[in-house]
This record gives sequence, C-alpha cells and structure tokens, in this order.
Amino acid sequence: MQEPQSTSRFPAMWTAFMGWVDRRFPATETFEYHMSKYYAPKNFNFWYYFGVIATVVLVLQLVTGIWLTMSYIPSGQGAFASVEYIMRDVQFGWLLRYLHTTGASAFFVVVYLHMFRGLMYGSYREPRELLWLIGMAIFIAMMAEGFFGYLLPWGNMSYWAAQVIVSLFGAIPVIGGGLMEWIRGDFLISEITLNRFFALHVVALPLVLIMLVFVHIVALHHVGSNNPDGIEIKKNKNAEGIPVDGIPFHPYYTIGHDLPGIVLFLFVFCAIVFYLPEMGGYFIERPNFDEANPLKTPEHIAPVWYYTPYYAMLRAATYPLFTLDAKFWGFVVMAGAIALPMGLPWLDRSPVKSIRYKGAISKTMLAIFVVSFFILGYLGTIPPSPGATALAQVCTILYFSYFVLMPWYTRVERTKPVPDRVTMR
Amino acid sequence: MSGDGVNKQRRYFLIGATSVVGGVGIVGAAVPFVASWSPSAKARAAGAPVTIDFSRLNPGEMLGPIPAWRGQPIFVLYRTQAMLDELPKLDASRADPNSERPQQPAYAKNEWRSRRPEFGIYVGLCTHLGCSPKYFPAVQPEPFDAQWEGGFFCPCHGSRFDLAGRVVKGVPAPANLVVPPYSFVSDRVVTIGVDEENA
Amino acid sequence: MKRSIWLCLLLAVPAFAAASEGSDWKMDPFHPNIQDKPSLQRGARLFVNYCMGCHSLKFQRYERTADDLEVPHDIFAANLIFADQKIGSLMTNAMPTEKSKAWFGAAPPDLTLVAKLRGGEWLYNYLRTFYLDPLRPFGVNNKVFPNVAMPDPFLELQGTPVEACHQVPKIAPNGGEERDPLAPGVAITHEQCGFIDVVQGTGKLTPKEFDQAVYDIVNFLYYVAEPARFERERLGIYVLLFLVVLYVFTALLGREYNKEVH
Repeated sequence: MQEPQSTSRFPAMWTAFMGWVDRRFPATETFEYHMSKYYAPKNFNFWYYFGVIATVVLVLQLVTGIWLTMSYIPSGQGAFASVEYIMRDVQFGWLLRYLHTTGASAFFVVVYLHMFRGLMYGSYREPRELLWLIGMAIFIAMMAEGFFGYLLPWGNMSYWAAQVIVSLFGAIPVIGGGLMEWIRGDFLISEITLNRFFALHVVALPLVLIMLVFVHIVALHHVGSNNPDGIEIKKNKNAEGIPVDGIPFHPYYTIGHDLPGIVLFLFVFCAIVFYLPEMGGYFIERPNFDEANPLKTPEHIAPVWYYTPYYAMLRAATYPLFTLDAKFWGFVVMAGAIALPMGLPWLDRSPVKSIRYKGAISKTMLAIFVVSFFILGYLGTIPPSPGATALAQVCTILYFSYFVLMPWYTRVERTKPVPDRVTMR
Repeated sequence: MSGDGVNKQRRYFLIGATSVVGGVGIVGAAVPFVASWSPSAKARAAGAPVTIDFSRLNPGEMLGPIPAWRGQPIFVLYRTQAMLDELPKLDASRADPNSERPQQPAYAKNEWRSRRPEFGIYVGLCTHLGCSPKYFPAVQPEPFDAQWEGGFFCPCHGSRFDLAGRVVKGVPAPANLVVPPYSFVSDRVVTIGVDEENA
Repeated sequence: MKRSIWLCLLLAVPAFAAASEGSDWKMDPFHPNIQDKPSLQRGARLFVNYCMGCHSLKFQRYERTADDLEVPHDIFAANLIFADQKIGSLMTNAMPTEKSKAWFGAAPPDLTLVAKLRGGEWLYNYLRTFYLDPLRPFGVNNKVFPNVAMPDPFLELQGTPVEACHQVPKIAPNGGEERDPLAPGVAITHEQCGFIDVVQGTGKLTPKEFDQAVYDIVNFLYYVAEPARFERERLGIYVLLFLVVLYVFTALLGREYNKEVH
C-alpha cells in the first residue's frame, strides 16, 4: 500500500521540529501505531461509523457541558431558573442547551447501534472479550451519567424520575432503606441530592468516561479491529508483515470514511437541534417545564427514551417470590438485563464470529432480540396496563432467551464456511 | 494504484478546499461558545443606566458614594462658586491639569471636568488601587496636607484630588478621577450610563 | 365503532402528551404563528392587562419582549410596564405566593413555560370554556379543566357564558345525519347539553373577536415559552446548508482516497 506522498513535501522546519519532539515524546510513534500504521480491515461497512461518531458526541457533550456549567446554578432555588437564564439571557445559551440535550440522546442512539454491530459481527469474541467488557462499562457509566444529569434541570420529571430510581434501591432487602438515605443524603430527594448529582455528573463520571474510552481504544488497537466477516486479518500477512486485508486507518478511514460520515451525522444532528429539539416530548419531557414539586406527581412518570426498554422490564416483574417484593425482582431483572450482555464472549459458542456465517437460529434469535428490545422500549413510555404488562413479560423472556439459550443454539446450528479473505459486501 | 500528476492536483485541491470549508465551519461553531461569554441579558439589565435625583443636595455638599452604575460608586458634587474659582489656581500642582489622559467623555474635558460647572460627577474610586477617597471640601490645613485647598483624600496610600477630581502631582495615583458617561434628565436629575443629552 | 378504534389508538399514544385533566371536551385546533407580530403585540397587551395581576412571567424580560415583538422601548415601557420595574427587568408581579394559595386554593402559577407544559391547543380551549356555575367559589367552572380554582378573567370581554342545551342533528349508525323521511332535507334533531352560550350583549367583544383575542394571548404565550425559537429556526437553515456544502467536499475528498483502496 502506497504511503501518502505528503511526508516528502513537508518543509524541513517541520521535520526538524518533529525530530526535536520525538526525541522527548513518542509523538510520531504514537501517531503511526494508532493511525497511519494501524491496519484496519478494508471491508468496514455502515455499522463501523458509530465508534468514531460516539467519540465525536462525547467531545460535544464535554464541551457543551463545560459551557453550561458556567451559567448553571446547582441549588434548589436557582437550578430551574438558571436553565431558563441559559435559554433566554445567555447569548446562544439556548443553542448550548439544545446541543447538550440532543447530544445525550444522540449518544445513546449511536452507542446502541455500535453495540448492535458488536452483536452482529461477534466483536466480543476472543481476543476482544476485555474490549467488550470495557465497552459495557462505558455503557453503564453513560446510563449513570444520564441519570445524574437529568436531575440537574430540577424540573418535575427530573425530581420524580430520581425519586423512582432511588426508591428501587430501597427494594434491596435489609440495606435498602439505609442505602436510599445514603444515596440521597437526605430523607427525601432534595437540594442536597441535587448538589452531589451535580458533582458526579460534571466531574466524576466524565473523568471515568474519558478514561474508559481511552482504555477502550487502546484495547482495540492492541488486538486489531474485527470486521463484518469476522475474519482475523492478522492471520494473513504479506512479506512486510502487513495484513493483506488491512489498510492504514489514516488516511483511508479517517478521511476516506469517517470525515464525510461525521458531517452527515452532524447534518441529521443539527436538523434535530434546530427544528425538533424536544422531539415531541421524548428528548425533553413535558412535565419538566414545571419546577420540581415533591407534592405534585406528574400524571405519568416515564424515563427518557433510552432507559425505557429496561424500565419496561423492571415493571414487567409483578410477582413476589421467596418473600421478596416484586419491586425487588424488578430491580434484579433490570440489573440482569443490563449486565447479561457482559457474558456474551462466553455465551457465544459458535465456531464462527459473524452473523453472516452463523446459522438460521442465531439470525432468528437476533431478530427476535431486536424486535423485543424495541417493543420493550415502546412499552416503557406508556402507562402500565394488563395487556402492556403481559406483552412486556413476554418480551423480557425473549430478551433473556437470546443470551441464556445462546450456548445451546450457537453450538447446535449449522454454520456456513468462513472465507480466508474478507468480502466486500 | 494511481499516482499521476492529475490525481495529485485534484487531491491537493480537494484537501485545500475541504480544509477551507472545514475551517469556516470550525470558526462558525466557535461563535456560540465565544459569544456566550459576552454579558448576558441579566448582566446588561443589572448594568443598565441608573437615574440619580440629587434635588436635596445643597451647595458644597456631596452625594455618595452611590453604588449606582455597573458596580462603580458615584460621587455627585454640588460645587459653590468659590470652589469653581479656586480650580484654575491649582493647575500648576496637578499632574494632568487639562485632562489629556482619556479618563472622561469629551464633554467633561474642561476645567470643571463636567457638563455643568456646578455639578461634578465622578466615579468614587481612587485611580491608584481602587479605594474610596474621602471628601474634604473645606480649605484649611489638614494632617495630610498643610496647604489643603479642598478636594478628595484617599486614606489608603495618600493620593489627593481637587474638587474637579484632578490628581495632585507626586501622589501614588497616576490619573484624574474617572468621569462616567452621564446626561441630565432635568435640572437635578442625572442618568449615569447614557451619553445623549436630552435635558 | 370507529370512535372506539380511535380511543384505543389514543390510549397507545404516550400519556405525557398534554392531558386535559379528566375532560373530554372536543378541542378546537390551535396553530401558532410567531411571525405574526401584530398578534403577539395584542397578546402581550391582553396578557399584561388581564392576566399579569395574578400570573407572572418571571423568566421573561420586558426588553426581550419589546425587541422580539418590534415595539420601541419607550412605547412598551409607557404602556406595559407598571410600578418601578425597568425595561431590563424580569416580568414578575406582586402576587404573594403563600397568601394567594389561601385566597384561591392554589397559587396562580407562573406562566412563562405553560405553552410548553400544556400545549397551545389546551390553553386556547381552556381560556374559552369558562361558564357560570353557582356551586364554585368564584362562580365559574371550566370545560377543559373541570373544577379549576381560577376565576374567569374574561367576563368583561367575552360576556356571560352559560351552559346550554342545543338541538343537534341525530347521528345515524352509519355516521350520517338522520333525516325525516316525510320532510326531505330536514334533519331529525335531539337535545344535547354541555354547550356554552354567551348571553347576547354582555361582552365587549363579539364571539369571533373574543376567539381572536384568546388566540393572540395563547400565541403570545407560545412565543414567551421559547423566545429563542425565531433565531433557532432562522439559524438552522444556514447551518444545514453549510453542512450540505461541507458534506459534498468531504465526500469528494473521501472518495479520492477510497479510489486507492479497492
């Protein structure tokens, strides 16, 4: 593969400068290891955009978040008013706010698509198990970050959503009550809770997220990227030791693939920011236009859309078991649903990695999983009813079956032969 | 694998063009972040012009410091004719007798440093390090100056100003007292922060 | 039959859409138009005169309102700012929260965000469906918000609204009007109650004028809920156009590199 000719055109000054830097810091070495000499499979498709887009959204959230913190007031008296101050009085404050709220939803859309890619192509398989676990840790950190962040506007939905989620911890036997009080720092969700959630949302979790993303990329680059065919390209190297199916990440993916992809994403993103920022009440929920009121519960408490599949599963558990409330089992089911994907590297016993070469059962189970996830997501937005609860219970079982039955169906099904070289489908 | 001249040119053109368009985008994207630092509507409302009614002020008296405008304390001084007559005599001992240094709007660049001779309106902050100067209008010997001709004395580091806010030579303060933008609404009512005269 | 299908679909719609608090009043549609500055100006004037005594707009500033509605500051201040508030002040009022809770049963809420909280359609219908009800503390009730604690602010504008029964055409099972077979073209009617009639001559405005006045107020509240909407929608076009141009360049550049790959 021909290297870009540009190095020979760099003026001598630049070469001398980089020489000085490189003797003191592994700048060029790092750039080459991670970018210009990192060989990625050449058959990346649509599903391979979402990692870099997620990073872009992370940066967007960090920058807009910092700017919002400049004007936001984390007190019971001031929080709601400070959000309106940002929306009205701060120059372009409304834009900073909408970028941040849309960014939060965009982050989850992108990460869900990114995780789905992993499910499809077996990106969690050996030697990428740790990469997958780090990714799951990022997902959980994101859910916590979103939860803490949602209390900050101190609207009525903020208040009551926090109330519901914190009371879940009350369902844990023995320690539940004390745990709730400890999380809240008070006997009810109050300004004290707001202040600590502010610290967690603005300082602690962003640091955790940044470190996890860094480690995630390091882990990826150590083993090399997977691809839609699930083939390990490192197994087929040429005389120079370069994978024959690999191309340098820079410039072929950075400029050739990701740059236009990011711009296209920004187009869709900005269309939402400028024309549909509330997304009909899904991104910014209507009851949140009312200040937090411990005495006035919203007609219908619904979490933001990206938590709704798990919320539906939580509500689906309606039977007490072994003297423990249904509430506790709901918590267990929800936690299990979030944690179970972590087991995928060990649950998947298929001889092949990618769905392209797996059998009909895997394809069917994955389709059922996706459909159940969407149905659960919808059910989480509507008030409970007997019909809805029954459907949620069925879909919860289907969701869990995808994982629980996987060791069996990935082993018994007939797979297709995997080619030696990647296919450009 | 192409590497001929035409493709190189196209590639470099595209790199250049995309960089320019991208650069415009980055500048555009930076605008909201930079602009959000400008004073917000709340700051502008708090810093809005303030009207002071000094109708109860008698000649020789001073009103202030009034924490009136943008956090700056304001002095309103009603000078007597005797005080005004004294001013030209003090020119020699002033560091900047003709207010060359731009501490005042154009209409205050005169011997009284004000729109109207009898009313002196100054920012009550010593131009040294920002302490509040005290008003000593009487022409009599003072502990800080045996030949005191009336004016302001700053207790922090001993700077002295006359009744037009002009700084004395040889004191720590380098400049005359600042004159804020102001205009008369009526005979005894002044708006600090607005330059247009509509009296 | 059709109605029950629609009802089922309605149940499927996320319930956090603006609810009508237990009423099933047939809502008239409301189409906001924040470009209609005269409407917003009338709405502002009506709001300040009929609503602001009890309801503040505590997140909105007079100056911003004047600028967005294209009213010079001095005219705005002379007509719409009372007490010693300045053009840069927030639009607060003197209604004391604790006492007003005792007086009305509920403190009159701040209305800066009400158009987002409840939606324009709800507000438009709510303000037009007060009617006399001697059993209520203030003598009025409301069709959209039954047993609301709020008195009717529009008695002098609208007139006296009373519940009435009308003769309405009977609807046959197939959805059409029932006709008298012996009198061609004449519909069979029956009495239906729950309408609101305004006693003739009691209001300053005609029904049409009153509807327009309420529209103006709700249009104004729709603006107040998000004053940045003007700028947001205007700026959006430039941003999206720019991104299209940028996409063309980056796509061409990307394709340039991709030629080398396959």
